[in-house]
Amino acid sequence: MGITLPLLILAIPLFMFLLLGIAGVKMSHKLAGWLGCLGMGTTLVLAYTVALTYYFCPEFTAETGERIQTIVFNQTWLAFTQNLVISLGFLLDPISALMLIVITTISFLVHLYSLGYMEGEKGFQRYYAFLSLFSFSMLGLVVATNIFQMYIFWELVGASSYLLIGFYYTKHSAVAASKKAFIVTRFADLGFLIGILVLSYYSQTFDFLKLTTDSQWVLASTQGATFMGASVLTWALVLIFTGGMGKSAMMPLHIWLPDAMEGPTPVSALIHAATMVVAGVFLVARMFPVYLLEESATMIVAVVGAVTAFYAAMVACTQIDIKRVLAFSTISQIAFMMVSLGVASNGNGDVCHHGLGYMASMFHMFTHAMFKALLFLGAGALIHAVHSNDYTAMGGLSRYMPVTRWTFLIGCLAIAGIPPFSGFFSKDEILSAAYAWSPFMGVWMTIVAAMTAFYMFRLYFLIFRWDEPDYGHHTPHDPPLPMMIPLVFLAAVSCVAGFIPFGHFVTWNRMPYDIHLDPWIACSSVAVAICAICLAAYMYRTKNPLPEKMKNAMPVLWDWCHHRFYWDELYMFITHKIIFNGVCRPLAWFDRHIIDGTMDSFAAVTNKLSRVIAPLQSGQVQMYVFVYIIGALLLGGITVLCLI
Amino acid sequence: MELKAIYFLIPSLIMFCCGLFGFITRRNMIAMLISLELMLNAVDMNFVIFNRFLFPGQLEGMFFTLFAIAIAAAETALAIAIIINVFRASHNIDVRTLNEMKF
Amino acid sequence: MDSVGSIILYTIVSLTIVIFSVLAVTTRKILRAATYLLFTLFATAVVYFMLDYQFLGAVQIAVYAGGILVLFVFAILLTSHPGHSSEPLTSKRRALGLIASVLMLGVTGYSLLARCNFFNAAPEAANPDMQQIGTAILSTGDNGYLLPFEAISVLLLACIIGGIVVARKR
Repeated sequence: MGITLPLLILAIPLFMFLLLGIAGVKMSHKLAGWLGCLGMGTTLVLAYTVALTYYFCPEFTAETGERIQTIVFNQTWLAFTQNLVISLGFLLDPISALMLIVITTISFLVHLYSLGYMEGEKGFQRYYAFLSLFSFSMLGLVVATNIFQMYIFWELVGASSYLLIGFYYTKHSAVAASKKAFIVTRFADLGFLIGILVLSYYSQTFDFLKLTTDSQWVLASTQGATFMGASVLTWALVLIFTGGMGKSAMMPLHIWLPDAMEGPTPVSALIHAATMVVAGVFLVARMFPVYLLEESATMIVAVVGAVTAFYAAMVACTQIDIKRVLAFSTISQIAFMMVSLGVASNGNGDVCHHGLGYMASMFHMFTHAMFKALLFLGAGALIHAVHSNDYTAMGGLSRYMPVTRWTFLIGCLAIAGIPPFSGFFSKDEILSAAYAWSPFMGVWMTIVAAMTAFYMFRLYFLIFRWDEPDYGHHTPHDPPLPMMIPLVFLAAVSCVAGFIPFGHFVTWNRMPYDIHLDPWIACSSVAVAICAICLAAYMYRTKNPLPEKMKNAMPVLWDWCHHRFYWDELYMFITHKIIFNGVCRPLAWFDRHIIDGTMDSFAAVTNKLSRVIAPLQSGQVQMYVFVYIIGALLLGGITVLCLI
Repeated sequence: MELKAIYFLIPSLIMFCCGLFGFITRRNMIAMLISLELMLNAVDMNFVIFNRFLFPGQLEGMFFTLFAIAIAAAETALAIAIIINVFRASHNIDVRTLNEMKF
Repeated sequence: MDSVGSIILYTIVSLTIVIFSVLAVTTRKILRAATYLLFTLFATAVVYFMLDYQFLGAVQIAVYAGGILVLFVFAILLTSHPGHSSEPLTSKRRALGLIASVLMLGVTGYSLLARCNFFNAAPEAANPDMQQIGTAILSTGDNGYLLPFEAISVLLLACIIGGIVVARKR
């Protein structure tokens, strides 16, 4: 494959960003929007060409049937030493090709959708410029040939996420949310950077291929070194995972994602549901062979994922803002992927169950991107129609918005894991992998899956059934065509994506592998999902006092869930009460009084002194003469005394 | 009794000190100029005295005085022109109140 | 040994210089100050005559007493009312003046008197006569003063023009 197409995939979004960012103010909204769509559409076509060529062209498959990891180009950028070289390049392998498809699809649909959703907004061109910047950064991230390139683009997606969350920069909450997202992920990225440096210090390379193909040999030097009881490799991997935790909103660094919903809804669909937040999963998947070497690191990945999944599912059951529900659902689903990656290792440096977890994780990442983007875009359509984020302002909408309702229902069914929708297949693989790892993990994840079904259908019924509030003159209606097309398309994809023989495309060792559905696990998970849906239907299908009763029966639990287990308050307490008061205040006092005080007193002394000697410069020539004469006489007097 | 150089130098010194006193104390600009002339005159006198007593038969001191007188005349003329101009502008030649140009 | 006449003349002249110098700077009437200055200048001219510099004495009288003093008088009459006396000096200002002048007197006088014997009586030497002076002014070479003479004449011209420009009514 030549380098033209891959280069263009990166260059077009970057060019669109520059074009719209610099010349955007001179364009009309319509022109800017269509230009953005055109650019993204071209990228979409190119990315599909590249990815499908990779998957289906025999040139990329070895004799053994293994798919070859291909470096399309790799340009040296900074060379520190012989081995530590930072390059910028384009790595084509099953997961990066998969991500190319996911990113460009969702990004294009969001571009299209935004034509309708953002119509007439102030800063429309800026919005499209940022979308292009994000697409560029995310594409650069997934095709990174080395961990440092990934870090660079990792920061770029963080920056564009920050810009897009704070898009409504006149709104105080949006600004606060963007700052929160930036600071939390920044904090996590510090761990990431340290991890990178530790890893590269011992392995003498940044390159993914070198790190992952002969991991055992490359990382041999890390075996002896330990730090605080854990081997250096564990530390490096855990620190790198910290970066992934920040980006993918794992506990305890999840607090930024729900607030990030302050951004425009299409942005939430693109960045905070489908693409950027799975970067953490992608990172672990990319480093998977290295993670295999360390049992404790994969253990941590699995445990963090499992806890987060459960936590987020519980919180999602009590939220009022529909976007927050979807945000917590996203956290929960990403945690599913993390668990899946974590359980793919059997703890002895090898995969268990043919690396099923890895494949399942990637599969879920793919299907989740589709149906979660669908749900978010559907939520955007609802918000567009009702002008509120809270389900209390909605209800009985199925009469007014049939298309939105059906597509939303498909999304809910997909995420709940009902066959034949896509979520069923991917989630089932994850559950199989979890059961294979440990039955407890399997049961745990099944419970989370049931909760997922419950809160999604709670949301569905509260929006489309329940009791109809007074809509006044503005009865809600289905969105315009540019918003409708992405909804319908994504719904269609969610219906059929499960039937893709995913194991043939993406596996941990890139060897094709046939997916088997375990009938017991499949039946049990479908059964609990249907039970949960029925429960949700029973509670929320029509207006009734049951939810209120439930809430009053368990006030403490409800309170904790509703307040997200007081994580934000905990962070506020730690930052404001302990760090600000305990550390920053004294430092500020020291700065203000000791350091500034010293400088101020210098200034004050100079000032006083100048006031004292200023009258000498009176402008009175007689005074000057007097001073001059006195000085001359002093000199003369000294001379006289010395010589005579 | 012989008239030594010192006998001429002392009056000239006193004249110079008077000029100095006047220059520092007087407020009227013309009075200051008068004091200045006194000082200049004392200096001229010193040149002539030193020339006469230390280098008799030479002309340097005398010519210096000659030119100094010419320059003093020029300087006085210009200074008075300025003073008159100042007076025309502010009706006042008190040196301490003439501070409008400073700011 | 000087004659008694010249000693008497010296006494008168030096007293005149001292007294009128002091008066010129202490009187509060500006016109009187100019007059006292005139007397001082005359006395100086007499000193020049005593020291056999006739030409210089003549110049002193002509330029200083005749030219500059007249300028002063004109300026005084233009800028102040006749008979008007300036306000008395503040004690602080007088103290400053006294400090400066007494210090000057002390330092310079001490250094003069400490080397008193360095200064002898006037040696017997013929002072240059008018012809010599005229030749020196207009000659170049070792004892020629043509260049400073010309410089002074240009300066005077510039001064005339400057005086006109500055004092001109706009």
